[in-house]
Amino acid sequence: MADVTNLRTAAEAGLSKLFEVARMQFPTGVSIAREEAFRYFEAVGLPSRRVEAFKYTDLRAALKEAAAPAESPAAEVVRAAVQDAKGFAGIEAVRLTFVNGHLDLGASDLDRVPGQVTITPLNDALANGDPLLDRLAPVAQTRENPIYQLNAAFMADGALIRVAAGAKVETPIHLRFIGTGSAAFSTATRVLAVVEEGAEVTILESHEGPDGIAYQPNDALDVVVADRARFHHTRLNTEGQAAVALSTISARLGAESHIETVNLVVGAVLSRHQIYLHFAGENATATVNGATMLGHGQLADSTLLADHAAVGGVSRELFKTVIDGDSTGVFQGKIIVEQIAQKTDGKMKSDCLLLSDDGQMMNKPELEIFADDVACGHGATCGALDDDLLFYLMARGLPKPQAESLLVQAFLGEAVEAVSHEGARAALISEVEAWLARRG
Amino acid sequence: MLEIKNLVVQIEDNRILNGLDLTVGDGEVAAIMGPNGSGKSTLSYVIAGKVDYEVLEGEILLNGENILEMGPDERAAAGVFLAFQYPLEIPGVGTMTFLKACLNAQRKARGEGELSTPDFIRKVNAAAETLEINRDMLKRALNVGFSGGEKKRMEILQMALLQPQFCVLDETDSGLDIDALRIVSEGVNALRAEGRSFLVITHYQRLLNHIVPDTVHVMSQGRIVKSGGKELALELEASGYAEYRASEAA
Repeated sequence: MADVTNLRTAAEAGLSKLFEVARMQFPTGVSIAREEAFRYFEAVGLPSRRVEAFKYTDLRAALKEAAAPAESPAAEVVRAAVQDAKGFAGIEAVRLTFVNGHLDLGASDLDRVPGQVTITPLNDALANGDPLLDRLAPVAQTRENPIYQLNAAFMADGALIRVAAGAKVETPIHLRFIGTGSAAFSTATRVLAVVEEGAEVTILESHEGPDGIAYQPNDALDVVVADRARFHHTRLNTEGQAAVALSTISARLGAESHIETVNLVVGAVLSRHQIYLHFAGENATATVNGATMLGHGQLADSTLLADHAAVGGVSRELFKTVIDGDSTGVFQGKIIVEQIAQKTDGKMKSDCLLLSDDGQMMNKPELEIFADDVACGHGATCGALDDDLLFYLMARGLPKPQAESLLVQAFLGEAVEAVSHEGARAALISEVEAWLARRG
Repeated sequence: MLEIKNLVVQIEDNRILNGLDLTVGDGEVAAIMGPNGSGKSTLSYVIAGKVDYEVLEGEILLNGENILEMGPDERAAAGVFLAFQYPLEIPGVGTMTFLKACLNAQRKARGEGELSTPDFIRKVNAAAETLEINRDMLKRALNVGFSGGEKKRMEILQMALLQPQFCVLDETDSGLDIDALRIVSEGVNALRAEGRSFLVITHYQRLLNHIVPDTVHVMSQGRIVKSGGKELALELEASGYAEYRASEAA
């Protein structure tokens, strides 16, 4: 069969034009990588459903136009946006505030970063040739991902966070992303966290923005977890209702290191969160959970790749999706066990609760196992609320909406419970309650 | 207290109750006995308001008010309580969370204020102690990993907390050993009072040694076919249900 050559879409042509302008303005650091990333993107284009990894999330169809990168907002715009920001607002944290994808120093706490942590704005690092830049893009497979490569080409701001060896950082670092404005815009941010040997840190990440504006964030978090280091990460997507939100976390795990990453999704008309894990050192462990609540024509895609490339890695993935209205949930999870990675223990599960007749859930679990002494499994379930359970709760006096809410909370709770930071866990539970209250 | 008149109920075109009449007075403990398939559990579900059953005729009056139009939650708030034959496990819902939600939902429906947390905990602990339910059980998800006996005791705990007017015990004795049967029965007996009536559904006379009924009704083919005092239960234990099956066949 002959190769099919797609005509370039308006969005693809738009992105090329935007890159021609943007590339002249970026600091010179990593400019070769930027060029390569964009050339890769130009070669493959926006992925359509014909691309296996995007079978259920057709970006080519969804992105009609390429929105221009957001300008750095004026001080009063930042002030107003920060004042209204809700994500993890009640939690004591060192905040890095990004408004429309630009790090705002005035609204950030760079003056009170804990002693064993250094935080460098990405653009300073690029201008000065910071050696940490070599640690960007820690997982090789991301180079074949058009979303990540678009971020690499356009990344306009971000930060490099380094946690010194042995440091146990108590106060979480909060990456606070706020969108604001009245016309569509795009953002591309890149944050790198390097957690050195034996260190421990918690990163909270919140995303919010205006309803009704089709803004297009593309955020990437690169993580290097060194030997025996521990990285805790809680992410909250409460993006505006019309946003097309793309995001990637990619982490390289050293020996006996641990990563916990939990993503809660309620926002955006279309979201795709990509998780890439590379088990580079022996006996690393990972807990990767997702809790997604969808209604009103939303689509949320969680795509995971766990690449076990060392002996004795343990990965636990649990994704819970609640589907209401005509929304669509997508879970794609792939566990690769390389030949060297004996004694790998990987378990992946995706559960979906359908609250309506019109919603749908797409589950695609994949295992690629090249070692012979491993324990790997995956499972997927889809179902409605149990009528007998509902009757039991109602027979005790709970009105139907309250009985349903209790069961939905219990369903999602299993994924949220893994969050080790108490305040962050409570914040996610509040989001679940708020979603249920809005649903009525 | 409760008056059931000419109740006709079907599920998926199978008629289960055929013009059942039953009256339970204020403070009365009425027992219903009968062979398998006579419609006893159906009656308990219909009283509690399970939607799968289609009521074709008749009415169920609680203190003169027809409850058939009410949802299960409204009936609970009005004072109906069903102790399930098979209490359900609800993973992810903490027992205390559940108990508090139920209690406050019923209070709210009756226009009463929410119970404070210390008051609530005091009430639960007192009830739990009587029923020999340990604190560890209360910390777990509702009924998850509980033994059969523990689940039944948890049902009685809920009854004690919610203080209903009309309690239906659906084969509460099934799956209980002698000690558990005693604990559960004592829990029920402690709740016997003016203004609270019980409908005790059972196959065996054994339970009625512990929870001594005021009246005993025999159910067969979806109707009450004989009523009497507590001695009727002893007769049934001796003679079995054959007579009632035969009379139906005739």
